[in-house]
Amino acid sequence: MLEIKDGKTILTTPVSAEDLKDIKIGDIIYLNGSLTTCRDVAHRRVVEEGREIPVDVRNNAIFHAGPIIRPLPDDKFEMVSVGPTTSMRMEKFEYEFVKITGVRVIVGKGGMRENTARACKEFGAIHCVFPAGNAVVAAVEVEEIVKAEWRDLGMPETLWNCRVKEFGPLIVSIDAQGRNYFEEMKVEYNKNKDVQIEEISKQVGFIK
Amino acid sequence: MNNVEKMTDIVAKFVAYTAKKLPDDVIAKLEELGAKEDSPMAKVIYETMFRNQELAVKLDRPSCQDTGVLQFWVKCGTKFPLIDDLEALLKEAVVKATFEAPLRHNSVETFDEYNTGKNVGKGTPTVFWDIVPHSDKCEIYTYMAGGGCTLPGQAMVLMPGEGYEGVTKFVLDRMTSYGLNACPPLLVGVGVATSVETAALLSKKALMRPIGSHNPNERAAKMEKLLEDGINAIGIGPQGMGGKYSVLGVNIENTARHPSAIGVAVNVGCWSHRRGHIIFDKDLNYEITSHTGVIL
Repeated sequence: MLEIKDGKTILTTPVSAEDLKDIKIGDIIYLNGSLTTCRDVAHRRVVEEGREIPVDVRNNAIFHAGPIIRPLPDDKFEMVSVGPTTSMRMEKFEYEFVKITGVRVIVGKGGMRENTARACKEFGAIHCVFPAGNAVVAAVEVEEIVKAEWRDLGMPETLWNCRVKEFGPLIVSIDAQGRNYFEEMKVEYNKNKDVQIEEISKQVGFIK
Repeated sequence: MNNVEKMTDIVAKFVAYTAKKLPDDVIAKLEELGAKEDSPMAKVIYETMFRNQELAVKLDRPSCQDTGVLQFWVKCGTKFPLIDDLEALLKEAVVKATFEAPLRHNSVETFDEYNTGKNVGKGTPTVFWDIVPHSDKCEIYTYMAGGGCTLPGQAMVLMPGEGYEGVTKFVLDRMTSYGLNACPPLLVGVGVATSVETAALLSKKALMRPIGSHNPNERAAKMEKLLEDGINAIGIGPQGMGGKYSVLGVNIENTARHPSAIGVAVNVGCWSHRRGHIIFDKDLNYEITSHTGVIL
């Protein structure tokens, strides 16, 4: 479900393809509902090993992240600190991962490339950036860790299924049309860089 | 408590503290840059950063989950009473801080490829030594080198024909390829020296210098400013998502070079530049210059 509350665009899981159709790269959104941490080995298990993912992420969100967790009594857990990790490491698996699991919202750090953009366009999904280095903000937006699966992977790689409240800000870096914010910005950055190299080079001819 | 235990305890507390609060110069620069950005996206990113730093102090948690590999730059007087114990003591202080803060376990033994679970290992924390003759003081820079901002590090040797123009291209190329994902605005350290290892060491040492300080050589200082303005003009902005300012500063450190070679290296610190500076006298009275109002 998509709603605008106090000027904030909020997506609540379950998310449909229809909910994503007006969201564009560069938009800032927030997430309510089911968000599961999912990174390197979990992607490999789903895509390469063909294992069934033990948390249902269909129409929900995943987070490329490895948190610091504090165990509580009765098999409960507290989210102490959680920040995004580099999404590009999952690029290799993400097309198949989205296809198999039906995930709608992928949250991480930095850009992803054509595999992910193709998945977003074909299956109706988006990739968003959570501003990195803000691990306490992210942790306090987790209301509860609902369950933990694939615990054999250790703390960073376990699937921590969280219920989140206005989780964000999330900046949309790939939208469901397949447009890619970072790839478009990089063209501009490289153009600007060439101009700057030329300008600075005129002023640093110290070897004469 | 003997003096070794006393110094271990002070360093451990200081290291844990630096995981939760940024140094004064970094906070001031982030506030300055944040106020000058006007796009809604850049503004939201800066607001998140400031809220995060407030929450980290309030809830007493590390502000970023990647608390890095610890590195210490030590300027130790030959007459400092604990000089013989210093390296072992710093390692012990990291173990203590890791459990007290808590810090993430970030030491993986190479080749055997297992995480030691204590945040220390063979050669970690890294200790870089400067020996100061006739002094009984010990000055320590602490630094948490996170994974994201360690990745852009690069060193090479240019031919003199490539000149400082080549140095410029070397630094700027790294910004648009690896800099985006290293959590800008970045503090950029550049070493200009005679070989890869001399340049590389200087490029990291440059990150210990306060933001806004300048290389004493007039031309080097001019190049710091040119690179700072140039990288800002690329438009990378906070988180690499676009903005008017991409760097906290550019610090160059240099030595003389072989006539046939220019060693150059670049290292970056992320916006969450967790650097500390503490000075001990011979009786272990200490002064902290990086953070005001610290109670350890």
